[in-house]
Amino acid sequence: MATAAELDRPASSPEDFRQEVRSWLAENFPPTLKGMDNALASVEGPTEETPEMTAWRRAMGEKGWGVPTWPKEYGGGGLSRADARVLSQEMARAGAWNPIGGMGVMMFGPTLLEYGNEAQKQEHIPPIARGEIRWCQGYSEPNAGSDLANLQTFAEDKGDHYLVNGQKTWTSGGQWADKCFCLVRTDKSDKHRGISFLLIDMDAPGVEVKPIRMISGMSPFCETFFTNVEVPKENLVGKEGEGWTIGKRLLQHERTNLSGGGSRLQPSGPSLADIAKKFVGTDDEGRIADRDLRARIAKWEMDWRAFLLTAMRVQAESKEAGGVSVVSSILKTAGTKLGQERAELLIEIRGLQGLGWEGEGFSEGELASVRAWLFGKATTIYGGSTEVQNNVIAKRILGMLDHQ
Amino acid sequence: MAVLSEEQTMLRDMAREWTQNESPVTAWRKVRDANEATGFDAGTYGTMAEMGWAGIVIPEAHGGSDFGWLSLGLVLEELGKTVTASPLAATAAAASAVVLGGSEEQKQLWLPRIASGELVAALAVDEGPRHDPATIKATVADGRLSGTKAFVAEGDAAGLFVVAAGDGLYLVDGGAEGITRSRRHLTDFRSHAEIRFDGVAAEKLEGGKDSLLDDVLDRARVLAAAEMLGLAGQAFDTTLAYLKQRVQFGQVLATFQALQHRMAALYGDIEQMRSAVEAGLAAIDSGGDTRQAALLAKAKANEVGHVMSREMIQLHGGIGMTDEYDAGFYLKRMRVLEAMWGNTSYLRDRFASLSGF
Repeated sequence: MATAAELDRPASSPEDFRQEVRSWLAENFPPTLKGMDNALASVEGPTEETPEMTAWRRAMGEKGWGVPTWPKEYGGGGLSRADARVLSQEMARAGAWNPIGGMGVMMFGPTLLEYGNEAQKQEHIPPIARGEIRWCQGYSEPNAGSDLANLQTFAEDKGDHYLVNGQKTWTSGGQWADKCFCLVRTDKSDKHRGISFLLIDMDAPGVEVKPIRMISGMSPFCETFFTNVEVPKENLVGKEGEGWTIGKRLLQHERTNLSGGGSRLQPSGPSLADIAKKFVGTDDEGRIADRDLRARIAKWEMDWRAFLLTAMRVQAESKEAGGVSVVSSILKTAGTKLGQERAELLIEIRGLQGLGWEGEGFSEGELASVRAWLFGKATTIYGGSTEVQNNVIAKRILGMLDHQ
Repeated sequence: MAVLSEEQTMLRDMAREWTQNESPVTAWRKVRDANEATGFDAGTYGTMAEMGWAGIVIPEAHGGSDFGWLSLGLVLEELGKTVTASPLAATAAAASAVVLGGSEEQKQLWLPRIASGELVAALAVDEGPRHDPATIKATVADGRLSGTKAFVAEGDAAGLFVVAAGDGLYLVDGGAEGITRSRRHLTDFRSHAEIRFDGVAAEKLEGGKDSLLDDVLDRARVLAAAEMLGLAGQAFDTTLAYLKQRVQFGQVLATFQALQHRMAALYGDIEQMRSAVEAGLAAIDSGGDTRQAALLAKAKANEVGHVMSREMIQLHGGIGMTDEYDAGFYLKRMRVLEAMWGNTSYLRDRFASLSGF
């Protein structure tokens, strides 16, 4: 990461920079790609790129603008936050989207910039910035879900390398990933301090990946098996035993991304009210005919606004205080709950038309809503379940301790 | 649990034993994977018919056992526990239209074939994706019915349709000319079909009260509610068993008070759902005013079923999200049943109107 001072300096000449971005986008962003979105590509599957998309990804990668605030020396854009905002405004204006994403950008990159050594940063950050390498996360295990520190995958010290054995689960995009950042056990005698942060090549001998079919019919997650996988010592991030600290830091990046505080949960397309008007009809004054439904849509819209206001307030307060606001801890729980409520409302509004699985009689949008509704049930489970988040709030913020 | 007669207790025990042994969720998984439009296993339905289940609400004079609606509800609840698919509910609701509104000739023609399991019957009322029996556009002229019915449950296998037209209910032979069936593949993998009737020969059900359609819909609602009771009850039992065995942070999840309270609240909800559902079924057997009881049964089933199927996934955590586990079946079937024959808003609105406010 750029230093705080660099990030916070005002854009030296914002208008010049705006002009620069504008003309660069005009030259490099193919208008045919307008309005497409790559944000979930890393979760939903391999992206089939058209030559135009490849060219766009390369142009953005070359410029470092896919990761605008990452340092230039590792392939980032080296922009201040102010300039990055200008960039994102201008991209939105042009209908351009960021072709560089995934776990490398959202979670692993920022963590490695903080904890990696110089050689690791030189090796791993530039390919992430160029959108060339996909990373996946090897955290959860069958008996280490909410109780993540219970993980048992063992990395045995063999002198010049580790020998890794064990099983990970919920490996997002594991079947398409090139590399995996993993929490492994290097010491069986200490639950938390026995954990280390290790980088593993997914094509190394002994790595086996099995997709898990979800209730939505999709398989965005895998079980990943490590059988006598040899991992070079230089792939250890930080020191042995620092994995829990580094891993938790990475989870903060994950939660920020999952909260919907960003734009990812921002509903796109027609509003609930417009869909309801179409499916339910309106009374003489243009109100949704089903009054109970109307009231609940109003409640959702108001809850959503309150959530967005909270997300903005958290951002402003964090900036002011130069740290993360404690209120950020409610964002994931609140954002995912609202996302699920919206998906349920969408189904209810459309009646049986909103429950299509496949085939004749359903639009693509309707079918996509159904899969999103089902898959969305995972949002309150992964990335720290709502129950675990509530524990954190009760214990760390409210000071409500267990029985002594 | 309602107070059951000896015969009802025997029927329920038989249904429970058969379902648990012969039709566990793995049986539904096979039907799901086969992905046929009819959405149930014909051999399994044949076995149910041999046990007399297809004739439970059909008078003895017409080949049934006249065991009543609570009895059929007990069976559907047991089937719901393992997500067992059958056209029992749709067929019984459609048959009730014949029983309540058919001529002796119509009864003799159709009811024995329904009671024997030879014939699947379907109730075709709604013309859009949301339940709205007040808006029926299908018409009949010179004994020919025209119109399009949406998401007809068991419409893919039906040999008899009971069709709502503007001026009443009509019987349409499933083999008649002018019928076009298109599968509508919903998340529950059961049969829901769009049925187009183009000037199809139809016979009116002349008997019964003016409220015939509403009386039939009451029956469809309580049967859906009975299946939902089975789904919700099993969702609860499965979740409770999981919480008692899953270990995290060095203790079984069941020892966490936050989870204990959630399960306690769900337990209370499901018991009240049971009271409402059983009362709805019993109201139909008693022959009095069934309307409010049926609305209450389905509304409670909708509310509690919704929360329980959602909580089943959340309380299981990641494993509940996998197709390999069964939780998804309960969620998907529950949402479809919630939307059928009136969602919660619809039922509340009707309840308020009936109550005079």
